[in-house]
Parts: sequence; C-alpha cells; structure tokens
Amino acid sequence: MTSTMPPTSAPPAVIQKTPVEWLKKNLFSTWYNTIITVVLLWLIISTLISTVDWAFTTARWEVIPANLKLYMVGLFPKKELWRIWVLLGMICGLSGLSWGAIARNVAKLFSPTVIGGAAAIALFTVLIPTPWPNRLILLGFELMILATAWIGRAITRNNPNVAQWIPAAWGLSFFVMLWLLAGGFGLKPVRSGDWGGLLMTMFMAVVSIVFSFPVALVLALSRQSSLPVVKGFAVTLIELIRGTPLTVWLFIGDVMLPIFLPDVWKIDRILRAMVVLVFFCAVYTAETIRGGLQAIPRGQSEAALALGLNTPLSLGLVVLPQALKISIPALVGTFIQMVQETSLVAILGLFDLLGMSRSILSNPQFVGRYAEVYFFIGLIYWVFCYVMSLASRRLEESLNTGY
Amino acid sequence: MTAPGDPSGNLQPGNRQPDGMQTSKPPIWRDDRFWKIFFQILAIVIVGTVLAIAITNMNRNLAQQGRTFEFGFLTNTSGFNIGEAVVPYSRDDNYLWAFTVGIINSIRMILIAIPLATIFGVVAGIASFSSNWLLQKLSLLYVEVMRNIPILLVLFVWYFVVFFGLSEGANVTQISSWLALSKKGIWIPWPSAAAAGLWTLVLIALAIAAFFLSRYRTKIMAEQGVSGQPQLYGLLGMGTAGLIIFFAGLGWQIPQIEGTNVTGGLKTSLEYSAMLMALAAHTGAFIAEVVRGGIQSVSKGQWEAAQAMGLKDLQVMQMVVLPQSLRVIVPSLNSQYITLNKNSSLALAIGYPEVFSVSQTTLNQTGRSVEILIMLTIVFLILNFGTSFIMNRINDLVQIKER
Repeated sequence: MTSTMPPTSAPPAVIQKTPVEWLKKNLFSTWYNTIITVVLLWLIISTLISTVDWAFTTARWEVIPANLKLYMVGLFPKKELWRIWVLLGMICGLSGLSWGAIARNVAKLFSPTVIGGAAAIALFTVLIPTPWPNRLILLGFELMILATAWIGRAITRNNPNVAQWIPAAWGLSFFVMLWLLAGGFGLKPVRSGDWGGLLMTMFMAVVSIVFSFPVALVLALSRQSSLPVVKGFAVTLIELIRGTPLTVWLFIGDVMLPIFLPDVWKIDRILRAMVVLVFFCAVYTAETIRGGLQAIPRGQSEAALALGLNTPLSLGLVVLPQALKISIPALVGTFIQMVQETSLVAILGLFDLLGMSRSILSNPQFVGRYAEVYFFIGLIYWVFCYVMSLASRRLEESLNTGY
Repeated sequence: MTAPGDPSGNLQPGNRQPDGMQTSKPPIWRDDRFWKIFFQILAIVIVGTVLAIAITNMNRNLAQQGRTFEFGFLTNTSGFNIGEAVVPYSRDDNYLWAFTVGIINSIRMILIAIPLATIFGVVAGIASFSSNWLLQKLSLLYVEVMRNIPILLVLFVWYFVVFFGLSEGANVTQISSWLALSKKGIWIPWPSAAAAGLWTLVLIALAIAAFFLSRYRTKIMAEQGVSGQPQLYGLLGMGTAGLIIFFAGLGWQIPQIEGTNVTGGLKTSLEYSAMLMALAAHTGAFIAEVVRGGIQSVSKGQWEAAQAMGLKDLQVMQMVVLPQSLRVIVPSLNSQYITLNKNSSLALAIGYPEVFSVSQTTLNQTGRSVEILIMLTIVFLILNFGTSFIMNRINDLVQIKER
C-alpha cells in the first residue's frame, strides 16, 4: 500500500445546500419519508389553524389579566408588594453577577444569541398585561441583569478570588429574602397563608432544596459509609421515602406531623407541606450526591489519608468539593423536578401556582375557562424549567474543567 | 507518651511496639475502631430518641382522641360508594374490601398505562433519530414540553380541557366515526364477547408461530445461505390470516348513539381515560429520553457496519441497534415504571378511585392515619418490587450472553 497523499486532518469542505436540496434530503428522501412529511404537515397545519382560531375567537383571555396578581403572589398584601419587587431585584442582581463570574473566560459575553434572547424577553415583558410602571420595573430588572453580568465579569476577570464570595452572597440573600417575605424586625408580618401563586411555588422549591441539602449530605455520606448501622438507617429512610408517592407523604404529613410532634409545636399547613417536601427532596438530592461521590476515584481519598488527613478532613477538603462540583448539573435537575413536584400541594388545597388557578377557576365569573388558565400556567412552568435546564447545560460545560 | 509526629503512634493501635521502647497505648480518640463503634452507637441513640419521642407523642395524642393503634377498624362497614369497580362492591362492604377494590383499580390503571407509555416513548425516542427533519423536531418538541410541565397539570389538561371540553353537557357526542363521548364516559370499539375469546387465542397462537418461523428463517438464512423465500411467503400468509381474523373474526362493535344512550363498544370513565393519557404522555416523554440515550450508546461503527452490509434503515434499527441498546434501556425503564406506579396516586385529584383515593376517604372517616400510612407504604412497595422483579427478569434476557 503506497500512498503519496498523507491523510489530511482538515475537515471535509462544508457544502452549502440549496433550499431545494435541503428539502429533498430532509423531508422527501424516500417514499415513506414523503408520506410521513405530508401527513405530519397536514396534522401540524390543521392543529395550528384550529388553535389560532380558538385563541382569537373562542378563548376569553380576561381571566389572565384580571387575576395576574393572584397568579404571581397570591394574597400578599397590596401595600407590601414593594418587598416582592426588592426580592426580585436582589435575585436579578445576583443572577447577573453569577452569570458574569461563570462566563468570565468566555471571549464575548453578549453573543448574538444572548442579545437575541434578551430582546425576546424584553418584548415579552412589554406584552405582559400588567400596569405600565410594573412593566418598566421589569424592563429595568432585565437591564440590571445585563449590567451586573458585565460588572461581574469585569471584576472577576481582574480578581478571580471575588468569585468565591458569590455563593456566600446567595446564602446571605436567602435570609434577607425570608425576612422580606415573612416580615418582622421592623417590617409588617405577612402570614404564610397569604403567600401564593408563583411566589409560593418558587419559595417551596427553593426552601426544599436549601434545607434539604444538609440532610442530603448526611444521608449520602451515611449511605456510602462502612459502618453497617449508619448505612442501614440511611438506606431504610431513603428507600422508604422514595418507594411511596409524594402525594401520600404530603397527606400523611398533613395529618400525622401534629400527632408525632409535641403539643406545644403548632405548625401550620404550609410548614407541614414544607417539612415533607424537604425530606422528599433530601432523599433525591442524597442519591444525586451519592452519584457524585461514587464518581470520585478511590485514589483521591487514599491519597488524602496518606497525607495524614483524617476521615472528616479528607472528606471535607478533598472528596466532597470534587463530588459536589460534579453533582451541580444533576442538582439543578433535582431543583427543576422540585419546581414541578411542588404543584402536588395543590391537591392538599394549598394555593401554589396550580392550586391558585384551581381556586380562580372555581370563581363563578371564570368558570369553564380551563384551557386559557392551564395554557397560561403551563407556559410559566415551562419557561422556568426550560430556562433552568438550558442554564444547567451551560453550567455543565463551564464546570467541565477536568478537575 | 507518643511524641508528636511519631509515626508509630497514630491510627495503628494493633501494632505491637518492640520491647524496650517506651510505649503506651495511643489515646482513645486516635483509635479508628473507637470512632466506628462510637458513631454507630450515636446513630442508634439519635434514631432511637427521635422514634421514642415520636411514638410517645403519637400514643399521647391518640389517647387524647380516644384511639389506639390497631387494624380492627378494617372489618367495619365502609359506608361510602366507589365510583367504578370491576369487582362487586357496595357501601355495606367493609374497609378492607374497599381498600382491595382500590388496589385492583390501581393495578388496572398501571397495567394499561405502562404498555401505552412504552409505545409513546419508544416511538418518540426512535423518531428523534429519523432522517425526516419534521418528525425529528416534533419528537423533540413533545419531549421538551412534557418534561418541563408538572404531571398534575398534564392530568388537568386531559381531564378538564380535552375530555370535558369535547363533551357537550349531558349529551353524547360522536367525536369520530368510532368514538363516542359524554360526561359519563368514553365509548371505544370493542370485540363482541361471543367469538372473541376463541379468536384471540388463535391470534396469540399465530403470533407465537410467526415469531418462531421468523427466527428459524433468520437462522437458516445466516447458516445455510438460502434465500428464505418460502418462509417469507409463510409469514406473509400468516400475517394476512391474522389481519382477517383481527378485523372480521373478533366482531368489533362500534359505539352507536341512540338518543341519550350508547350501544356497543366498551365504556371507560373520563377519570380513567384522563389519568391513563396523562400517565402515558408524561412517562412517554421520559421513556423517549431513555430510549434516545440507549440508542446513542450504540457506537457509530455498528450503524455504519450494518449499512455497509446492505441493511435498510429500519433493519439496521431492528436487527443491530435496538438489541444492543436494550441493555442500556431496560434498567432505566425500570425506574420510569416505578415513577409511573407512584404517579398513579395522582388520580385522587380527579376522583378516580385508586388505592390512595380510597385510603383518603377511609382516613377522613376513621382518622386512622398511622395504620393507613403503613398499609399504603406496603402496597406501593409491593407494586414497585413487583415491577422491578419483572424488569430484572427482562434485563437478564437482554444482557450480553457471555461464555
């Protein structure tokens, strides 16, 4: 075999296809592909036509703008709404900073995709049927995200150590947000029964992730432990909670927590649901963290022991930081799952996003407007979960440093 | 005293020191065995204390309400109706029988939902590899929409928007030529009882015979290099016979509207149908991802080799790729099926009387939360273990047979 041409490493030349060629290759390549294309086109077009027809003629959308506040924050007092705006502003600012810090090594922060996305969100914001001042505030928040992202990138580029403080800022802000929500210490208290809608959905998801994390860490380490008793307890608890549906746990928690707790601890229904959600979330997070722990080679902990670190130190300084870093994308996945799982509290009669829409639909004025309301809240759930899953994919790429 | 930094002293309590050197046992907190025992005792003490407090509180609270922990209430008359039951049940039956009816309803749901979800998932998963651009994008859309919306919302959409939207009040509507729908239920075509049983057996026998014939055909084609034509004609003949029996022999009854009644066909309740569709649509999207991952795990060389041997697209999928990807798919399917089992408890939200719904009514009437939790946990554990058992047997079949 003689070859005068050494194999070149250049990729094959990209051949620009004409639209007709593209159609021929992707839609009409064989006879059955043609049939599939025609049938699908007919299905899609007829569905689109009937949907558009429904949306502009039959559908009565006033059920959305008339109840927008209920969907977003529930019965939160009107006078105290500024607290929600401040909270939203904090989240936007911190998200922007984190984005800038994560993307500090990217050549161009505002790529065409990002600019396009931002423009789309801005357009969407302008279309929200809420009074103009609110829309302007929302637009301002969007600008703030972009600005803080730029600032965050500029700062962390010159000074990478600052990036370490961002998680701490999130942790601190969590308590400030709790204070803004619940009041006290100078603010007017708001009963947890008055939180509702999207606010409650997100609150429950965030609280269950945050508070379940320490429990999950203990459970994951116990399950990996070599001590039979500790391992046995962890396995029993995890399998017991995972084996039974969350719905059952929510109901049981609602009825039984008051039975198991001393008389003096009176906890309200939302807190009971939250306790159940925290434990439920903890076992799933524990399994995620266990996956991360298992991915760390044995050599890491052996090397740590050989250096003279004892077990807690080798876990805390060597194994856990690596394991948690690997688990971050999966943890975001768990969070997305929790945003969806919190909708089950609607069955209990609590007013999260889904529960609130059920109560709006039982209002005689809006009875039978199922399609409009479910379309709207479905869109909210979808946007949140989809954006987070996109973000987690990006995060996975940027964390994928090899170490 | 061991000097600081003396390597012989730490963590090696079993090492005997040579005679003559000044030795002493290392302090007890340096001993690994001590910590191992200590932590296990600590775990037992903590878990024991929590359990003891909970049980003491439970006993005290139950005593205050004049109740004790016992299962005797199960033989009391239930006094509530169950909307749909395939076994005889009346309100004079006891709680235990009501619970059993609920279990049967759950199993009736799961047994149909699992195959349906699998069909949805496999079709969508394979479609995501289609050479047809439209089909591929449609499958992606289905998965991305379903994965980011809570299943409870999907259930409400099916129940309130689709089924109630299509039914016009109390009247029966003919949706298509073979479907009738009213608030009371959906009528689907169904074989008439008289001859169906026998012909179904014949169909099953034909299918088994065809399976073995096609395996025999593949075998002689591979080993003897024959064309396999006669066997192909045999298979075609069997297929034709099967189709004729299926359409003519089973005596399909199409639901016919007569005034406000429907004759012919099988009636299923709206609750059952909505729950079935929600479970199938939601789980189907997750199964589609599992199937997609499984197919991706088959290396590209396998595709190319199969194509090089002259197999068509569908044959490549059926004979080369799918059998190999099943090894990856089946274990993940197991966890999807278990999630489906657990999600079937959501039927409570629309009033389908599955086991959790019946338990909930029982709980409201008797207040026996602890007993009912134990019974429900056992039921779901058995359902999940049963599913895992079957899936593990299937898994044994698809794994590589190594010598």
